[in-house]
Amino acid sequence: MKIINRELLVIGGGPAGLAAAVGAYEEGIRDILILERDIEAGGILNQCIHNGFGLHTFKEELTGPEYAGRYIDKVNGLGIEIKTNSMVIDLKPVENDENKDSYGNLATVVSRSEGMYQIKAKAVILAMGCRERPRGALNIPGFRPAGVFSAGTAQRLVNIEGRNVGKDVVILGSGDIGLIMARRMSLEGARVHCVLELMPYSGGLKRNIVQCLEDYSIPLHLSHTVIDVKGKERVTSIVAAQVDENLQPIPGTEKEYKCDTLLLSVGLIPENEVSLSAGIEISPITNGPVVDEAMETSCRGVFACGNVLHVHDLVDYVSDEADVAGRKAAAFIRSQGEEVNTKEHARHIETLGAVRYVVPQEIHSDNLDDEQIFRFRVSKPMGRSKIVVSIGDKTVMSKNKMIMAPGEMENITFKKKWLEGTGADDKISISAFEIDKEFVI
Amino acid sequence: MGTEKVNFDIAIIGGGVTGCSIARELSKYTIKACVIEKNTDIGEGTSKANSGIVHGGFDAEPGSLKAKLNIEGAGSMAALSKELDFPYKNNGSMVISITEDGLAVLEDLKARGEKNGVAGLEIISGNKARVLEPNLSKAVKWALHIPSSGIVCPFNLTVALGENAAENGVEFFLNTEVLGIDKPTQTVGKDESCHKNNAGFYEIRTDKANIRAKMIINAAGVYGDFIHNMVASNKEHLIARRGEYCLYDKKHGDFTERTIFQLPSKLGKGVLVTPTVHGNMMIGPNAFDIDGKEGNNTSKAGLDEIMDKARHSVEALPPRSGIITSFAGLRAHSERDDFIIENALGCDNFIDVIGIESPGLSCAPAIGPFVVEFVKKSMRLEEKPKGTWNGNRKGFTHMEEMTFEERAEIIAEDGRYGNIICRCESVSEGEIIEAINRPLGATTLDGIKRRVRGGSGRCQGGFCMPKVMEILARELNVDVSDIHKSGNESQVIFGNIRDIDGVEQSREVENENH
Amino acid sequence: MSEEKNVDTDLICINCPLGCKVFVKGDLTVPEELEIKGNTCIKGKEYAISELTAPKRMVTSSVMVLKGDKPVVSVKTKEAIPKNLIFDAMNEIRRAKMQAPVKIGDVVIGNLCNTGIKVVATSNVDRI
Repeated sequence: MKIINRELLVIGGGPAGLAAAVGAYEEGIRDILILERDIEAGGILNQCIHNGFGLHTFKEELTGPEYAGRYIDKVNGLGIEIKTNSMVIDLKPVENDENKDSYGNLATVVSRSEGMYQIKAKAVILAMGCRERPRGALNIPGFRPAGVFSAGTAQRLVNIEGRNVGKDVVILGSGDIGLIMARRMSLEGARVHCVLELMPYSGGLKRNIVQCLEDYSIPLHLSHTVIDVKGKERVTSIVAAQVDENLQPIPGTEKEYKCDTLLLSVGLIPENEVSLSAGIEISPITNGPVVDEAMETSCRGVFACGNVLHVHDLVDYVSDEADVAGRKAAAFIRSQGEEVNTKEHARHIETLGAVRYVVPQEIHSDNLDDEQIFRFRVSKPMGRSKIVVSIGDKTVMSKNKMIMAPGEMENITFKKKWLEGTGADDKISISAFEIDKEFVI
Repeated sequence: MGTEKVNFDIAIIGGGVTGCSIARELSKYTIKACVIEKNTDIGEGTSKANSGIVHGGFDAEPGSLKAKLNIEGAGSMAALSKELDFPYKNNGSMVISITEDGLAVLEDLKARGEKNGVAGLEIISGNKARVLEPNLSKAVKWALHIPSSGIVCPFNLTVALGENAAENGVEFFLNTEVLGIDKPTQTVGKDESCHKNNAGFYEIRTDKANIRAKMIINAAGVYGDFIHNMVASNKEHLIARRGEYCLYDKKHGDFTERTIFQLPSKLGKGVLVTPTVHGNMMIGPNAFDIDGKEGNNTSKAGLDEIMDKARHSVEALPPRSGIITSFAGLRAHSERDDFIIENALGCDNFIDVIGIESPGLSCAPAIGPFVVEFVKKSMRLEEKPKGTWNGNRKGFTHMEEMTFEERAEIIAEDGRYGNIICRCESVSEGEIIEAINRPLGATTLDGIKRRVRGGSGRCQGGFCMPKVMEILARELNVDVSDIHKSGNESQVIFGNIRDIDGVEQSREVENENH
Repeated sequence: MSEEKNVDTDLICINCPLGCKVFVKGDLTVPEELEIKGNTCIKGKEYAISELTAPKRMVTSSVMVLKGDKPVVSVKTKEAIPKNLIFDAMNEIRRAKMQAPVKIGDVVIGNLCNTGIKVVATSNVDRI
């Protein structure tokens, strides 16, 4: 098989991959290749034709394809190569490399036009995005007819392929894609009966609940789920029921909705098949790689950013995170991987209280930038709360928040100077808890 | 087919694994045979939703048809999998007991198995069993080890038999539902096309054109009693016994190496935990007798039940989040508690092959030859001249199982094998096109899924479904709107959101921009 | 002189993730005298007034493309349009068509529902 050498290989040409490539370019790397498995770059943004992107990055409100377009233009303008229709199916650290060159990772690629070949890269950035949780993972009983779509699949069919996927619709899951599709289907003349949400709170952004549901008088039923799908061939109805605090259906609350379509917006899962092939450590909480301050995974020279790392709700944050990954990958390439060996042992960031996870999961204090963004999510909706960062028994930061919700990613800026005067074994922790409520570690 | 009548020597009603096995066996002879299937594809009934196990044969009552055909079928499965190139693995199985009392039952099973001719049976202690299967429950006291049992892809077994039958001249009428059968009114002296015996023709009335056949083989699965009762002078009754399953992500595929059974009960072999031949893990089935014959839906209670029961076999069942899909199948259970393979009462040349519940899949390779011997009692069958029957078939290309070098070679020859459509299972456009363009090729999303696994992975078609639809439409030369999930009512999309009809001709603004 | 339009209502501000519940009481024709509570910042007040007096929305949709490598092109209203015109706007958008190639920013409809607002393409479609 043909093997080619590239300094930086970016796997995925969506918002994360594009921004990472730009970040690396700006740090002086020129030999960059982006591999995209779809027929065009842009990733999931191409089907997100609604507005609301880019307020943070471009200071204006763009649609998904426009946001992607800005980055594609940038990448093209810089002369960074993108190969589309190219899928990486395997990634391995190069073993027993006698030349001891720094091309430390071997990716295997398949493409319709170029066949199958391998790329040896000094650094690799994982930017494969995520996929939707399917019906099976929820174990929704009933028949298995046509007309049950994950919301993103329906979004692709409508927005890219121009297909009509249903006329009478029920949506399970109040994630943003589900809310956006409720509006989209309504605008296309479908009747959207309701959005059902298993949890007692919505997983979507508030603006989407107002602009996608309330504007179209679509009811949102919290603490509800689908307990039966009827129709042997195409969906003919679904049965919804309220759930109790253990999320179990409450008998007697069943309601049947005649519909031909059930859309599922029940969660996204980082897509880490390639990461697993490289033996990269995956966090059971984020379902993405465990990374350090450089967005570097457990595999040397392999970095990760965007939804493959953890699921984001705002693309602007993806771009920021990917930019860091790109720059750090560039630094890695420039130093020929040496600085890794000088790194102090990794310090794990402990999560306490309502903090469900934090990215990065660990840091090397000697490799930290002066300021480092920590992104995290909380496990439940919270009113007036406090976010606290501690090192050893010292509180280095404490910040109040009016409100926090699982559906909205939070971030704090970790300052390198906080580490001054602390011991190397002092535990670093981040916690979040509601004020006025007892906080037990 | 038009309205003209088509005459056959033998019509097989039902294109499941049983019907296809009989069809393949009949294709060795110089007769005109056909398969009539009401669904859009073969293997759409019981054959598509079962455990996929090649049972050792210890369970069936000695002397029963189940026992005889299980031993013969399982014995020839490995050879058949080479001839017809479908996935089969001899992974072995265990029947476990979590009580000391169960040892006696295991000993009975062992004795029965030995009587049936199953080789290599051994009773081992719980500890020894856990050495072989580390995830086995700590509560397991004793286990019966059956090294000869295996797993098979039930879809590809059915498709392989059907394809091979079709390639050897058996005609398949898909989408053709039998509505009624008229018995022969007179014997035929001499017929140009069918001359193997002098029987008259059954007139098989379908929702398409009528089909005439001198002999009918009823392999209609859960509807076997319906077909039987159309002509026979007695009434049969088959119960549709539902079994529900959960299929786990491939990351749990090596949870057990063998198929783990619990002690059998009156309703069947109980809930098993098994790897599938494609590397998933699967649990199920329960057993629930339903009203009617269409209820292959899952229920919350049923899915909970199989998870609870599976926990008796293994120590830590992977979490629900590891499940990628759940499904249910219907077994055709006869009150006679054995397969019914016999002439229907009061009808010459009408052979019932019904009540084919577990271990029917294991028996499939033997049912064909067995039924053909039965046919020979009333119809003279002449073998085709040497070299005119080809019992070998090349299976579908399966890129994921090949080495990189093998894949590279295929892709270099045909770039479509480098265009990966289903990410989760690494299924390429080339493989999907193969599935469509074979004899009896796939015409639906489910047909693709069952043949080459496109859409059967962890995202369950989320990414590839739109693309598979495009490929199907292109290859079959139909509109994407005409692509169905499975049946004719299972429309996936309702046309386009923007059609030329709805567009105002005057509102063309292209020149403003360019 | 316009008639009084008294309201006593609440709505959720969508400017940021806080999602403040803003209470509005008084005569909408005299916005400066409205009693507005519950908002955390000035944006909440502005949003509440515009939402109650003249609510506006961006509309995003698809328009048919002829001779393109894709059947539809995504579009948006260049500015937010009055909320009550959303379905009228959709009727116009549904009837529009473009000829490939289409570039981001190309005008699809020059004057949507006589609002003076344009509908523009938000993605590129190549000609086949």
